[in-house]
Amino acid sequence: MSVPTGPRIITSRFDVADGHTYAGYVRTGGYASLRKAVSSMTPQQVHDEVNAAEIQGRGGAGFLAGTKWGFLPADVHPRYLVINGDESEPGTYKDRMLMELDPHQLIEGIVIACYALNAAQAFLYVRGEMALAQERLAQALNDAYANNLVGKNICGGNFSVDVTLTWGAGAYIVGEETALIESLEGERGMPRLKPPFHPAVKGLYMQPTIVNNVETLANVPYIVGKGGSEFKSLGAPTSTGMRMFAVSGHVNKPGVFEVPNGVTTFRMLFEAPEYCGGVRNGGKVKAFIPSVSAMWFFPEHLDMALDKPTVDKAGSMLGAGGFVVMDETTDTVAACWRIVRFFARESCGKCTPCREGTTWLERVLKRMLDGHGRPEDIDLLLEVSESISPGIAWPPRQTTICPLGPSAVSPIASAVRRFRHEFAHYIEHGRPIDGVESPFHAHAASHA
Amino acid sequence: MTDTAAPKTTEPKTTVSVTINGRAVEAKPGQLLIDACEHSGAFVPHFCYHPRMSLVGMCRQCIVEVEDPRGKALVVSCMTPVAEGQVVSTTSEPARRAQEGVLELLLANHPLDCPVCDKGGECPLQDQAFSHGPGESRYVEEKRHYEKPIPISDLVYLDRERCILCDRCTRFASEVAGDPLISFTSRGSNTQVMTFPDEPFSSYFSGNTVQICPVGALTASPYRFKARPWDLEQVETTCTTCSVGCRTVVQSSRDELVRYQGVDIESVNWGWLCDRGRFNFESVNSKNRVGTPLVRKDGSLAETTWASALDAAGRTLRVVINDKGANAVGIIGGARGTNEDAYAWARFADALGITARDAQLGDGLPAEVFALPQATIAETCESSTIVLLAPDLKEELPVLYLRLRDAAEKRKTRIMEFSSRASGLSDYAWKSIRHEPGDQPRVVSEALASPEIAAQLARGSVTVVVGRGNLAESPEFALLAVGAVMKAKPDARVLPVVRRGNVRGAVTAGLVSATDGDTNSILAAVAAGKVECLVLLGADPLVDVPDADLARRAFASVKHVIAVDTFVTESARHAEVFLPAAAYAEKVGTTTNCEGRISDIAQKITTAGTARPDWMIAAELALELGKDLGFGSYAELHDAMTSNIPAFAPAADAKAVRHEGVVAVHPSPVRITAAPKPAAPRLSHHFRLLVSRVLYDRATATAESPSLASLARDAAVHLHPGDAQRLGVPAGADVRIAANGAAVVLPVILDDAVARGVAFVPFNQRGSDIRQVIRHDVPVTDAVVEAV
Repeated sequence: MSVPTGPRIITSRFDVADGHTYAGYVRTGGYASLRKAVSSMTPQQVHDEVNAAEIQGRGGAGFLAGTKWGFLPADVHPRYLVINGDESEPGTYKDRMLMELDPHQLIEGIVIACYALNAAQAFLYVRGEMALAQERLAQALNDAYANNLVGKNICGGNFSVDVTLTWGAGAYIVGEETALIESLEGERGMPRLKPPFHPAVKGLYMQPTIVNNVETLANVPYIVGKGGSEFKSLGAPTSTGMRMFAVSGHVNKPGVFEVPNGVTTFRMLFEAPEYCGGVRNGGKVKAFIPSVSAMWFFPEHLDMALDKPTVDKAGSMLGAGGFVVMDETTDTVAACWRIVRFFARESCGKCTPCREGTTWLERVLKRMLDGHGRPEDIDLLLEVSESISPGIAWPPRQTTICPLGPSAVSPIASAVRRFRHEFAHYIEHGRPIDGVESPFHAHAASHA
Repeated sequence: MTDTAAPKTTEPKTTVSVTINGRAVEAKPGQLLIDACEHSGAFVPHFCYHPRMSLVGMCRQCIVEVEDPRGKALVVSCMTPVAEGQVVSTTSEPARRAQEGVLELLLANHPLDCPVCDKGGECPLQDQAFSHGPGESRYVEEKRHYEKPIPISDLVYLDRERCILCDRCTRFASEVAGDPLISFTSRGSNTQVMTFPDEPFSSYFSGNTVQICPVGALTASPYRFKARPWDLEQVETTCTTCSVGCRTVVQSSRDELVRYQGVDIESVNWGWLCDRGRFNFESVNSKNRVGTPLVRKDGSLAETTWASALDAAGRTLRVVINDKGANAVGIIGGARGTNEDAYAWARFADALGITARDAQLGDGLPAEVFALPQATIAETCESSTIVLLAPDLKEELPVLYLRLRDAAEKRKTRIMEFSSRASGLSDYAWKSIRHEPGDQPRVVSEALASPEIAAQLARGSVTVVVGRGNLAESPEFALLAVGAVMKAKPDARVLPVVRRGNVRGAVTAGLVSATDGDTNSILAAVAAGKVECLVLLGADPLVDVPDADLARRAFASVKHVIAVDTFVTESARHAEVFLPAAAYAEKVGTTTNCEGRISDIAQKITTAGTARPDWMIAAELALELGKDLGFGSYAELHDAMTSNIPAFAPAADAKAVRHEGVVAVHPSPVRITAAPKPAAPRLSHHFRLLVSRVLYDRATATAESPSLASLARDAAVHLHPGDAQRLGVPAGADVRIAANGAAVVLPVILDDAVARGVAFVPFNQRGSDIRQVIRHDVPVTDAVVEAV
């Protein structure tokens, strides 16, 4: 299988043993873009390059980063850059790798972004469980301060910025940008209502705030160094640049890969030897999840390109770029329950449909797995889903405050529509269909 | 629902045209959809939305369908303002489906223990489950279980199983009361309302959370299992616990008071009540109430008939007046009754020529404050600047504290506080300036001279909130300080904040004497043998008058005491005749709050025993003495009062005194004549005494309410930690406080809210009585404090 190729932009130091250190970073060309930006470019010129790159935000929504930066109202200060390093979605771990293996690249991107945004303070919010990333970021930030790359009069110029590290306390919902802002302010991590609290206008401490994903900012040194048009020439016109995808599940070589955006297909990613190397045991894909909070895909989607508009149109989303592959031995009901349980546990509890609905769905699925399903339970699952996400459509509508509730509906809608017979089998027989491996029914396969 | 308040949106400039359920409706710009729907008659189910609190959009119950040029969408109507041309449906199939869905979810984990729930019958969840719910639950899983119920304070129980997590109580605590003592803990479906470890929800306003709880999750101990809502009778009335005059409903079951609930009126309490006012109905039901007249027989008070009691009282008065003249009779009290009661007693005094009378007990303000240019509570809150020369309002007039706190937090009002100790409002004040007792006029004058403060005063209207901040200090200092503000800002107005419920009404009705001075001078005259007979109208000078020595000397010399009261108080024990009076909720009338607002008081229950309203006792006692006061019924009395006293004229119309009430006509302004004896400088090793009230003390209505009585603290002296260190006394150690030839011993509490050099002692608490060292004719009290 021939796959499109491109330069490794942000994973270039993943194989450099000391790439995470200041010495290793500088030796491999690090901080050149920052020096270039502050010495020879205006903030607007930096912003122009990011606009020209047409880089889509890598946090999930895929909004153009340059456009988002443009939402900051002029002349309102203080203003903040907040970096969302609270990566917590199941199967998504590319930001963690970036923070662990190349922390200086992120810091350089943050400082350049602050220069472009004319912000004097950035907050880097790192998920609480990421001990190694925290340790390396802290060391890197200290080194950057010591070398005048963060702090007062950076590189001897007039630009100053402080970067503050903050550790999360273990809540998935804090990955939602307004909940992250609440958490930064010391409040419970619960989402704010939009409107009126669009972060660019009223964000952290009610000041204009840009919230960017780690991967998005890690690309900024390259964009400034090589130019936005160079970045745009990589990948597809509708999904520019290189992009990181994390694959887990039933593939031979799960991992994080930086691939040309918009042109690589799911099949290439899962099957090419340079990437995941195919499904385990020579098996076949039963279903795969392009984003745990979105609708599932099936074998007919394998040749679809990793292109935002294409995937959106097909009724799902690339999200933060974490894919879960399930082969034909997968117990769909158990997989569905496992994901719904995640959302039920991570619901912040603020609004009724998410708090009560996700837990109810989880309970019904668990009861089915325990062999106590009732014939009406399949429709009940869909009915409760309907109360969280009217119409159970994609993109989802919601009765909830934020999209976490509908996230628990996606796996149910996907699994029930495609594999309704597996649910019915559980209800009728109290065990999964023959041929699948279930964590709850270890010997299910042997009943065949 | 008890929370449907007037909308708080500001006056509209134009209107917005929307269609609600097919009807064209004109709404105010910025008005919320839920509010516009409700005004057009389309009720939208809701739980978290409360018009007096911030919007959170959490319960998601108020979803409606809105069609605009972008298409149809389900929106949360409590978070969505009206927009021109919107077509709204509260009952379309998608809207109905969403509302049913949310209700089913809310009920999924709700225990449905309605038959044993106090809220059943008046429960928004129950009501809306019937009106907007799916009818049947499909939830067959195990419900959430918590220990039920758990006490979160001395007054409030929390049942987490019933809670629907609407954030009303928690929002109230942090946003309205400023006591963020309850909060959400845990997350997802384990989310629960909880106090902080070892820190109870000991807010003075905790009862409000019970009232606004849309389910039975919060219940108040005084009402738990006392009645079912459908057995309750209720009537709207006005609280007279303090002089704020909150509007309430009193509810009874089987002729016994069981609950008060706040009523939302724009001008005063916005629906809120303090716990003292909310729960002291227990004292009306107290077994210690006296319902039969008593006369002294063989040295002790014995029950008798009204005829013989009135005869005995009349005989005493007749003998004293015949022998010594009307000047030998003094009348003290009258602030706990209605305006009509006070008027009747004033007419009684007039008829007999008794000039020595005072409704205040030496712990109030000179009556001239009521004749200064007045501001209402609402006008005060709208002022640019509030100058606070008052006691701690959170302790004394709690709901006024809520209003001023709101003004400082949510409006542009700036509070400038002058006090000897940090108060509940200090954190919200623009400036909070400490001074020693007796030094307020100087400190205020100095502050006014600063350019920054002068500029603030010039910015707009100024209201001076003046009260008796210190019972161990002459009230004239505060009045002099008011004069300083009015000199700097001649159009400044005054809100006098006296403590007792109807002081202002009683003074207006005539229970004040221009010639014979105040309660202190009446008591001095008694002690000197000039006044031989005291008539006590719900007054207990032995406990209430700050100068304990004066009261004790007076009661040692007094020849005759006639007490009109609901309980045999310390002072009433000296009576030769005790006439039982009708209590709050046992009589009709009107009352006047601190701002001069006259509103009605309703009768809900029959009186204890044969107790009678004060006015009736006055009229009958006058008849015993051959005087006809000219009224034989309440209606005649009310008419006489409103036609004879110009200030009460607006109350002539019975409708005017309902609900919002009506503000009395103010007399023409007077000039401040206060000229306090200057206080000598405090010697460096002395402490200047600050004695003021806290919410829970040994006052009769609190002490006779079992739920509240235990909330009163033990007497203690609060010293700044630095001062305590200087004295070498640790917290809890006893100190001796000596002044004016007397001394008391009190344990020390370290309190950095107190200014250095000031010793703060809460008034009327259990234990040693600080009043022993207070003298009414000493302008400030300097004490030697030393370890014992």
